[in-house]
Amino acid sequence: MTGRGEGEGEGEEATTCGGPLLLGVRHHGPGSARAVRAALDAARPRVVLIEGPPEADELIPLAADEDMRPPVALLAHAVDEPGRSVFWPLAGFSPEWVAIRWALAHGVPARFIDLPATHTLAWGERTAAQPEGPASQSDEPAEEAVRGDPLGALAEAAGYDDAERWWEDVIEHRGTGGDVFAPFAVLEEAMGALREVYGTGGHDRDPVREAYMRSQLRAAQKEFGDEAVAVVCGAWHVPALREKRTVTADRALLKGLPKVKADMTWVPWTHRRLARAGGYGAGIESPGWYGHLFDAPDRPVERWLTKVAGLLREEDRIVSPAHVIEAVRLAETLAAMRGRPLPGLTETTDAVRAVMCEGSDVPLSLVRDRLVVGDVLGEVPASAPAVPLQRDLARAQRRLRLKPEALERELELDLRKENDAERGRLLHRLRLLGIEWGEPSASRGSTGTFRETWRLRWEPELAVRVAEAGVWGTTVLAAAMAKAEADAVTAGSLADITALAERCLLAELPDALPVVMRVLADRAALDADVGHLAQALPALVRSLRYGDVRATDTRALAEVAAGLAERVFVGLPPACSALDTDAAQEMRRHVDAVHGAVALLGDAVTAVHAARDGEIRGRWHSVLHVLSRRDTVPGVIRGRALRLLLDDGELAQEEAARLMGLVLSPGTAPADAAAWIEGFVGGGSGGGLLLVHDERLLGLVDAWLTGVPGDAFTDVLPLLRRTFSAYEPGVRRTLGELVRRGPGQRGSAVAGGSGTAGFAADLDGDRADAVLPVVRLLLGLDGADDNDVVGVA
Amino acid sequence: MLRAHAEHAFAAELAALAERDDRPRPTRWKLSPWAVATYLLGGTLPDGTIITPKYVGPRRIIEVAVTTLATDRALLLLGVPGTAKTWVSEHLAAAVSGDSTLLVQGTAGTPEEAIRYGWNYARLLAHGPSRDALVPSPVMRAMAEGMTARVEELTRIPADVQDTLITILSEKTLPVPELGQEVQAVRGFNLIATANDRDRGVNDLSSALRRRFNTVVLPLPESADAEVDIVSRRVDQIGRSLDLPTAPDAIDEIRRVVTVFRELRDGVTTDGRTKLKSPSGTLSTAEAISVVTNGLALAAHFGDGVLRASDVAAGILGAVVRDPAADRVIWQEYLEAVVRERDGWTDFYRACREVSA
Repeated sequence: MTGRGEGEGEGEEATTCGGPLLLGVRHHGPGSARAVRAALDAARPRVVLIEGPPEADELIPLAADEDMRPPVALLAHAVDEPGRSVFWPLAGFSPEWVAIRWALAHGVPARFIDLPATHTLAWGERTAAQPEGPASQSDEPAEEAVRGDPLGALAEAAGYDDAERWWEDVIEHRGTGGDVFAPFAVLEEAMGALREVYGTGGHDRDPVREAYMRSQLRAAQKEFGDEAVAVVCGAWHVPALREKRTVTADRALLKGLPKVKADMTWVPWTHRRLARAGGYGAGIESPGWYGHLFDAPDRPVERWLTKVAGLLREEDRIVSPAHVIEAVRLAETLAAMRGRPLPGLTETTDAVRAVMCEGSDVPLSLVRDRLVVGDVLGEVPASAPAVPLQRDLARAQRRLRLKPEALERELELDLRKENDAERGRLLHRLRLLGIEWGEPSASRGSTGTFRETWRLRWEPELAVRVAEAGVWGTTVLAAAMAKAEADAVTAGSLADITALAERCLLAELPDALPVVMRVLADRAALDADVGHLAQALPALVRSLRYGDVRATDTRALAEVAAGLAERVFVGLPPACSALDTDAAQEMRRHVDAVHGAVALLGDAVTAVHAARDGEIRGRWHSVLHVLSRRDTVPGVIRGRALRLLLDDGELAQEEAARLMGLVLSPGTAPADAAAWIEGFVGGGSGGGLLLVHDERLLGLVDAWLTGVPGDAFTDVLPLLRRTFSAYEPGVRRTLGELVRRGPGQRGSAVAGGSGTAGFAADLDGDRADAVLPVVRLLLGLDGADDNDVVGVA
Repeated sequence: MLRAHAEHAFAAELAALAERDDRPRPTRWKLSPWAVATYLLGGTLPDGTIITPKYVGPRRIIEVAVTTLATDRALLLLGVPGTAKTWVSEHLAAAVSGDSTLLVQGTAGTPEEAIRYGWNYARLLAHGPSRDALVPSPVMRAMAEGMTARVEELTRIPADVQDTLITILSEKTLPVPELGQEVQAVRGFNLIATANDRDRGVNDLSSALRRRFNTVVLPLPESADAEVDIVSRRVDQIGRSLDLPTAPDAIDEIRRVVTVFRELRDGVTTDGRTKLKSPSGTLSTAEAISVVTNGLALAAHFGDGVLRASDVAAGILGAVVRDPAADRVIWQEYLEAVVRERDGWTDFYRACREVSA
């Protein structure tokens, strides 16, 4: 305990009432923070007691560290269970933070006096209640609101919607005559009245917490003298601390509290998390605005609107100083009309909307995002204790016997084994968090979906990454989940999100999947480019398959995929008209990709939704029908669509021949017809075999080719060459034989089954039987191990 | 008289407000800003006089609008057709100045004289240029008398004519160079303009002019129930004036039309789970009203008198698909992704498929 000699005796003069100096504050209230600073400067106490977990006492000096930048949070977590944690966020404008900094600057000890986190964490265990921090606020309105933010409730009763402006107006500007303690005296009175009405506000734990605070206060008083003690705590607690209670009564309350081993550290925080919208249940809506109120030396509204103008100018909106002047005037008049003496955030926002944003909410949301909430990111010195994420990772590494080694090594995982599956998940989760410990590489030997091969290498800087990732959560699972959700929201393209969905499945983050899926569905709905949608679909369907292997619930995924397919179906026909050659080629690839995906998707959706049996495939076929018959669609796509239908058995051979004859009739430009042929028989699977087996089609091609006029022939030649040169040599040779024999011979070729060069007249039974064991192995009919199959094959 | 001006139709309310109003009034204002806001938003006075709400919507909008007028900035009311812009501007003028008739209707052919001043040529030729030969515009009269002038459909006025407002709004003066004189605005003068933000492309305001206005955007009805209410009330009124027989149980079909319009307009389904593309049309409440009226006429003259899905389907298609290429895809996507799946909408889906095919 240092600083005993400093400020001795001054406390007594300045304090108006006897006893300790009780400074009741509004958590995260810049007005409170300013008042606390002034009061501490005037009273010069020899010890400062602050509402907060006493385990963090030894972390207080870190607050003076050069690398420490608020907003930060005190994090308490159960040692054995890093997932259970409580945060006490502190911003630069938090009264608690101001008090800590004041104490450190004046060499006065600062202590936390709230109930130890040991108990708070244990409480959480029993009732699973929300963390109980300085800013804690419950979901229930009315009484809870009064308890959570009593000053806010008072301000609202006075007709203000901005508690800070109320503080400024009522507490600071009302003839306190420069008496820095007067606001606190007034507040104490108000809180006393409130507590008489509301009791404990439904918080059964408050009496216990207050009993602990009282006991700590008594200890400090004994040590430093009655009036050399200053307490900074939520205004709500002040009347309880002033109350005279017997030591024994307090002890009785504190007896037998549950305990759990707790650990504390500082973690960086962000303004976004201070804001309610950031997902942190307890917080303030406008940390940026509060920070501004705290930092602005004077004329906060004028300065704020100048800041807004600066932001809008950066975004290339024309905002002149005249706009700022008019906005200030409007805000002030608006406040007067609403019967408020000072414009608050609501009035300034209304003024910004009407004057600077031309009534539009779009630039306004930018202002809200960047200024009212703000992008401020806190920093914590490297000397702060390890974050729980690190411990969680270490624990997982031990459990899975996966040591971090600097040497690169390869790891083969068989996902059917529980331990291996968990290792794979851990590595995938770390990758999501940007901790590239393992890098997936192509498996050697097997290509089964239940195998994964990783290249592992632990670099020293990965420890830093782990520390950074601590922002996302306290366990690898929670952090990866939070990161995946955040990534989904900020992802740039549709393909990025589908990739993310795939990674979520690999890392087994089923809880993050709904968010990713929602974002995906939203993006898909708004994306007007069918190409993007068609690209996204295969990855999504692939994820579905992975999901099956890993036995994750992929129903949501299947639904989104089905929706995506639906959009592709609707958008594809219009998107296929009026394309040039390159675009047509690309679209043809999309058609192929979608076709493959639909085949897989059909099964998946049927499994989920029995009523939709075959529906997706049916709809895809009708899309293909449309494509194959529409004249504005490029030949290559039309041909491809027809071929896909034919392969699926949706089209009779005769019909296909009729359509082909139509396309290859003299009315069609030769280039277009050649493109059609390329689409119909080129690329893809077994392209040429169709012509080998159906001589009628071959005959049509042959007849068309001989009918192409001489000057057009040189134009179509490259296309045809591209189509036919891709065939396997055997197919090419057979085709050549068939063509040489001439179309007249086709009857005998099909009916007799003989005469084809290189083939016998009948099947050789013995040689066919010899294949059977291998086929059986391949199909796994007698339970052979997969490696054997691979070896034989 | 077919329709009375706002200041006459609601004279009793205005008088009651003026009597009770003890708050400070800006120069030449008939009421205090607070009372003007109450007149528009409705309320009950201490003596029990009930002020009917003229505008149903966010309070903030009216407060900002009235405050703008009080800070002698010009007010620009923006919004898609059918969001009560003109209605609000008329009532604001009536409450502030007690006169809503100082009106310039903006059209593509609005000349400069309509905003500045014209000449009585007979007098001009007979007596030469003089103040007597001058024909003042509503804006000029409002300046001289400290009243509220109104300009309707500002963005339809050609750009060069629009810009004559710049001097009036910034210098608050209107020079008459022919006479070597000027008309200076007295306190209390202000201007309310309305513009349709879907027409932005027509004659966008120059940034110099835009800077002189505070802009308030009037939104579409906030909740589906409010919109259904507005639509069914207006449909009822219109139906009566067209002597259409009232259809029983039309409310369900109206709700469906409103739902479709709102979902496509907002780009998201009412359950908030599926995003949608928005078509190029405005899909305003006014259009929903015309779709339903149309459907009623169909049902009455060619159907069995009951408003059915098939009666409104064609109307909806016409309202949604304005751009045949892009909007048709959007509409089909909506049909397949949303309508088809929805319980109890099978008849509607079928009817829409029939007309879209």
